[in-house]
Amino acid sequence: MPAGGHRTATFTVKRGLADMLRGGVIMDVVTADQAKVAEDAGAVAVMALERVPADIRAQGGVARMSDPALIEAIQKAVTVPVMAKARIGHFAEAQVLAALQVDYVDESEVLTPADEAHHIDKWAFDVPFVCGATNLGEALRRIAEGAALIRSKGEAGTGNIVEAVRHLRSIRSDLRALSQSDRAERYAWAKQLAAPVELVQEVATAGRLPVPLFCAGGIATPADAALVMQLGAEAVFVGSGIFKSEDPARRARAIVEATTHFDDAAVVAKVSRGLGDAMVGLEASAFDQRLADRGW
Amino acid sequence: MRIGVLALQGDVTEHWRALGDVGVEPSAVRRPEDLRHLDGIVLPGGESTTMSMLLDSSALREPLAEALHGGLPAFGTCAGLILLARTVIDGRPDQRSFGLVDMVVRRNGYGRQAQSFECDVPVEMLPGAPVHAVFIRAPVVESVGPLVRVLGSAGSVFGAASATGSATADRSGRVPAQGHEATPVVCLQGSVLVTAFHPELTGDRRLHRLFVAMVAEHASAGSGPGPVGGQDQPVVEAPGGRCTALGA
Repeated sequence: MPAGGHRTATFTVKRGLADMLRGGVIMDVVTADQAKVAEDAGAVAVMALERVPADIRAQGGVARMSDPALIEAIQKAVTVPVMAKARIGHFAEAQVLAALQVDYVDESEVLTPADEAHHIDKWAFDVPFVCGATNLGEALRRIAEGAALIRSKGEAGTGNIVEAVRHLRSIRSDLRALSQSDRAERYAWAKQLAAPVELVQEVATAGRLPVPLFCAGGIATPADAALVMQLGAEAVFVGSGIFKSEDPARRARAIVEATTHFDDAAVVAKVSRGLGDAMVGLEASAFDQRLADRGW
Repeated sequence: MRIGVLALQGDVTEHWRALGDVGVEPSAVRRPEDLRHLDGIVLPGGESTTMSMLLDSSALREPLAEALHGGLPAFGTCAGLILLARTVIDGRPDQRSFGLVDMVVRRNGYGRQAQSFECDVPVEMLPGAPVHAVFIRAPVVESVGPLVRVLGSAGSVFGAASATGSATADRSGRVPAQGHEATPVVCLQGSVLVTAFHPELTGDRRLHRLFVAMVAEHASAGSGPGPVGGQDQPVVEAPGGRCTALGA
């Protein structure tokens, strides 16, 4: 090893990549061609998977990690970071993804969970992890397990933003309330959140999560992206919303621009014009299965 | 003093905090009008391909290029360094840089996230402890021109894919460096400061303080390109072929 304390895979390094993705759009892709379309549109990263959530929802069956050949083809096709999904608790899938040198592993409720009680011990890995959360307690449990990035779960594959908004509002609102608490109250907060008290104290003092908070689940339009960014998301994941729409290339680029200019309605209006049909989408009451309920 | 942070994408918040810590209230640059009355600008870390696309879609490319070539002091970290470099290797074909710093830089030159690292870098002009540097899918500066002052270098485990091509590339296309040759990671040309790493991710504010001092000196010297840090070379775009190759 060279002099100067060269160290890889520290928490700073893991979290650092998430910091670099802020203000950007991470797009789900199922082929190398889609990955290129995503990169051309200005995606900061792509998420390689076999089926987008809308298809997983429609087709049913067990959803698993992607074929390594597909992930490698996508890695070859683009220069931006490549993420891939592992099932909740399936540390062997995560080990395979780490061996492929993906840039981030998403321990994702979109795939069928492999363990009903335990998430992956993410500290055991050099590769960084992103995990979904519906509330602050869930976010803190994932961070305690070693996640370097948190995203809202939303309700993937529905094209309906309502769940992501619920999750973001819940996390942000509890963060605000927690930061107003005194030290004594934080023990009760820790109990209520079912999260380690040291982490609760740290978050209460800082007034924010120790890792970035992104939004995922149900983003289908540029205005959806602008909405969640104004609600405090620091970047957005778009799953089915792009490649299940009429004109993926244009929609992808429009969502990228709306994410950057989220507080400039004139830009959001401009990029929203004439995009063609958005993905069809599902109403909340029509969800036969809530993916967000997976994970604990 | 007015320092802007290019806020199209990337770790804008961290630069914002760092500038706040050294007593500057920054402003966000997303539109051409945000460039007005700036004394300096920070180009943050992030995805340089995304930023390059957004520079065009936001109509910022030309006015920012004009301001930079007119002598606006700039501080670029990682993706910011790529945007300010003269020549970018392994970028996207449509990716364009401002060509302000005479260097050849290889995008993601150290490899994927698995090769991201932190280490200590002694920096000239910053007395005291070395700077603790965090490199995230960082660019490798392969060569610099005569007008570029290298303030700090770091050894690398993975060298950039060598031009000689004698070594065998691994599956990520990188050639492991034979020795630990030093690569420039902090450079100064005129009033443009660039780092291949992210000083904004650590609590060490010395590089931000150095940049603020450069901006103050530049502002007091009047508008237009001026001497900074004892250099009396104007900012020029060196023609190709004048770069000095570093390492083997």
